[in-house]
Amino acid sequence: MAWRDSRRSRARLLLFMASIILGIAALVGINSFGDNLARSIAGQARELLGADLVLSANQPFEPKLEPAIGKLGTARTREISFASLVQFRPGRGTRLAQVRARDGGFFYGDWDTEPKAAAQRFADTTAAPGALVDDALLVQFGAKIGDSVQVGQVVLPIIGRVLKTPGQSGISTAVAPTVFLPLGQVTATGLVQRGSRVKYTRSYQFAPGADVAAVLKPLQARLDAADIDTDTVASRQQSTGRAFADLTRYLSRVAFVALLLGCVGVASAVNLYVREKLAAVAVLRCLGASGKQALLIYLIQTAGLGFIGAVLGAALGAAVQGLLPRVLGDFLPVDITVSISWAAIGTGLLTGLLMAVLFALLPLLSIRRVSPLRVLRTAFEDDTAAPDPVRGIVIGIIGLFILAFAYGQTRDWKLTLGFGAGLLAAFAALAGLGRLLMGAVRRFFPAGWGYVWRQGLANLYRPQNQTLTLVTSIGLGTFLLATLFLTQAMLLGRVQIAGQKSAANLVLFDIQPEQRAGVEALLTAQKLPVLQRVPIVTMRLTAINGTSVSVIKKDTARGIPAWALTREYRVTYRDSLNSSEKLTAGTLPTIGPDKIPRISVEKGYLERVKLSLGDTLNFNVQGLPQRTIIGGTREIDRSRVQPSFLVIFPAGVLEGAPQFQVVLTHTPNTAALAAVEQQLVKQFPNVSAIDLGLILTTLNDIVDKISFVIRFMAGFSILTGLLVLSSSVVISRYQRVRESVLLRTLGASRAQILRITLVEYGLLGLLAALAGIALAVLAAWALAVWVFEASFGPAVLPLLGLAGLVTALTAGIGLLNSRDVLRRSPLEVLRAEG
Amino acid sequence: MSILRVDNLTKTYPSGGQPLTVLHAVSFDLAAGDTFAIVGPSGSGKTTLLGLCAGLDRATSGSVWLNGIQLDNLSEDQRAAVRNEHVGFIFQNFQLLPTLTALENVLVPLELRGQRGATKTALDLLDRVGLAARAGHYPAQLSGGEQQRVSLARAFANRPAVLFADEPTGNLDPDTSERVVNLLFELNREAGTTLVLVTHDLELAAKTQRTLRLRGGKVVEEVNAAVPE
Repeated sequence: MAWRDSRRSRARLLLFMASIILGIAALVGINSFGDNLARSIAGQARELLGADLVLSANQPFEPKLEPAIGKLGTARTREISFASLVQFRPGRGTRLAQVRARDGGFFYGDWDTEPKAAAQRFADTTAAPGALVDDALLVQFGAKIGDSVQVGQVVLPIIGRVLKTPGQSGISTAVAPTVFLPLGQVTATGLVQRGSRVKYTRSYQFAPGADVAAVLKPLQARLDAADIDTDTVASRQQSTGRAFADLTRYLSRVAFVALLLGCVGVASAVNLYVREKLAAVAVLRCLGASGKQALLIYLIQTAGLGFIGAVLGAALGAAVQGLLPRVLGDFLPVDITVSISWAAIGTGLLTGLLMAVLFALLPLLSIRRVSPLRVLRTAFEDDTAAPDPVRGIVIGIIGLFILAFAYGQTRDWKLTLGFGAGLLAAFAALAGLGRLLMGAVRRFFPAGWGYVWRQGLANLYRPQNQTLTLVTSIGLGTFLLATLFLTQAMLLGRVQIAGQKSAANLVLFDIQPEQRAGVEALLTAQKLPVLQRVPIVTMRLTAINGTSVSVIKKDTARGIPAWALTREYRVTYRDSLNSSEKLTAGTLPTIGPDKIPRISVEKGYLERVKLSLGDTLNFNVQGLPQRTIIGGTREIDRSRVQPSFLVIFPAGVLEGAPQFQVVLTHTPNTAALAAVEQQLVKQFPNVSAIDLGLILTTLNDIVDKISFVIRFMAGFSILTGLLVLSSSVVISRYQRVRESVLLRTLGASRAQILRITLVEYGLLGLLAALAGIALAVLAAWALAVWVFEASFGPAVLPLLGLAGLVTALTAGIGLLNSRDVLRRSPLEVLRAEG
Repeated sequence: MSILRVDNLTKTYPSGGQPLTVLHAVSFDLAAGDTFAIVGPSGSGKTTLLGLCAGLDRATSGSVWLNGIQLDNLSEDQRAAVRNEHVGFIFQNFQLLPTLTALENVLVPLELRGQRGATKTALDLLDRVGLAARAGHYPAQLSGGEQQRVSLARAFANRPAVLFADEPTGNLDPDTSERVVNLLFELNREAGTTLVLVTHDLELAAKTQRTLRLRGGKVVEEVNAAVPE
């Protein structure tokens, strides 16, 4: 019976179910991708690390550790890495690069170079030394194999280009392109000096099957004491896996939202379908069908078509999954092997089908209560209006299902409830706005306006309207897009300041005290201003209020973050605050009457490290102990290009300590930039320069890539919104045929009917877009205040453009779907309806 | 034996805060094979009475016994089962399911009670109403008279004890009406079904053995007539 009854509506019903296709496709696609990624990470964990064990530290390994770590494993490599300006010769330019000086290749994974033999030659200590350079860097400067690269005071021939390095993703290469040097050359560069930021690494290969964790265990305490980090295949697999599991879970939640949107569309479409079927249901009831039988007939129909929709969605998802590695490729440190994940397909199918059936059940439940009396009296409408407790139960099940889904992904009740509450808030806000619009149109109905406007407006609130569904679905899509746009603009806005006239756009650091005069003279000769000079002294924290850091580290109950205890503090000294700082409590940095320095700390640092004014902090200033008292706190506006410091000492304490200088300047164009960088490399090779313009470009590139991924996912929601829109327009078309025919019989022109449609859908689209944008502005404001701590001023024009686009799309689809009604003659429609 | 017994039936609806009684204490009793017409002007309570007799609605007071089953205290689903077992319907608007073919429409009452392989019975019935050749056609492909004949076949499919007909010729032209009415009475006679007819058409009412005239929800006259022919 269910199959027979669906005969004339199958195409239409399938259209309702189309709303869920994209949601399921997104879900299956993302989850399959997640499975493949996890499998690939597990399969390539050794390649990620390039070794079985890696030890790393920010200072040279102490000689007393050598007996313990010098003979681990069956093979060993060393690496010293740091950031430095490198210059390509002949005369091809300069930029900041990551320098990795190694005494060999990687034990596992493809170190993909061109020519292939270059990697072997690099590791061959008997061959003449040469450098390997990231492909991106060579392309940027038009340099080629055979040219030279200068790193500090060393000039080496480029013997190969690096296409791929184990454990490095496309993004990390873009952020910090690498130059590989033979380890033996590092001293000659003159770049590794006291105070420079250098990372020392040892990599080990063990015999197959060796238990690295067991080897490491007896050493762990000594390594910890020496601030040496350990990284094993298992820990790297875990950390990489976790990071990407977070990413796929986030994307999968976006997909789930698209599915939810689709389900709202299904519920609304089925609701209209049920209304259309009431007469048939009444006849069935008259002929003796029980409420359950009648419900089952239509439930089987929707479930059957839901299943077809889900299968189509899953198939599409499996196809999309093939695209995702390409979309996300730059972020991935491993090669993904794409294979069909039946678990993901099964989960997607089941989730989609269950959700579609549950949402369809909401309107279908009323079928149970259709009175057979409808057959005798068409106006009989009391039967389905009464409140139905089963409806409440179904809504409850849907809520639980959503929470279960979120919990299944996060395994965290707080996040689960947050996700649920966020969804509820977004849906409620949009539905509330839709309701508000209907109420407002009804209340302030412009009775004096022309007929077309009045009819179009009245359609927004009359019985069986689609206002709520469409405002919610299109609004949510717009919300996702607008939030993305605003956040992206905010992130880029923070760094674009660097491009402003006369603001600092070049930062020179690692300037030794004796080089300061020379560097400033170099700038003056190039006609560049010295905008700011900042001395920097590095130190380590040894005690808080008399308790040593090692004791505090063991006492996890204190909740003091480890980074605060182990990091190298870069501190400056002055008696005043600069233009980006604001005193929030206490005093400026000063020396107290007891001769103990009163230091100024950043407000957020004070809170995170659980300190308060008057606490004492003991530092080890490169061998000398220094006791200080927290005298005041500051807030820092991080959108200004200024070196910022967690800790500032007063003048008169650190002047004699080993230090280096940072100088800020402004270069008017790239030619001036290139000139000053070349002079720097020539005269002061240890001095590094950060070109903020280059950082801006790189950041732009990264943000672009990230937002492409999110746009790709948000696209599913938008497309779903449009599908929901299409299907509801098609369904309401069936309802409106009679009205349009009547209007045309009474003399309405096609143009008038088209205009009524245009007014109705135009308004719907506009409202949905404005509602979505209003929510997005609110969300972006919240992000600006609480997450980015930036000032917030949304760009109005692009948002208006987005509103215009969504409105035009909505009205366009409304018109497109209604044209069929207009093409047919009233008589034909009447016959078909009869 | 009494097939349909109506005892003191009253139906009241709340209307604008005031109770509105649309049917006042109606009683009658029909035996197997009886033909019975309910006539009266619009709003006299004819359709309400038909709905109550067929178990489509519940009375405010009074009782209905259908084939010995008292309907008053049955749930909607229990009454649906009674309808499926003992009742046939014919409507003014035919009320065929538009998505089903003529044959499938006739099959519905049989399939609802889980009867399989009933196609032959349904085809025989369609043949009996002269539409065997149109079995595969949809309602939209049939004329009004043909649709009403399909609905006649459907009404007799479950061999009902009582057949309720609500203005069965209301939407048909005189010639077609006559054909349908003749068929209705023939089938009724052959099957020994009790026929309850609601109509404005006094000529049609005159073809039944008894006529109940309603006005304002009250019985104003009950006429026993000699069966014509």
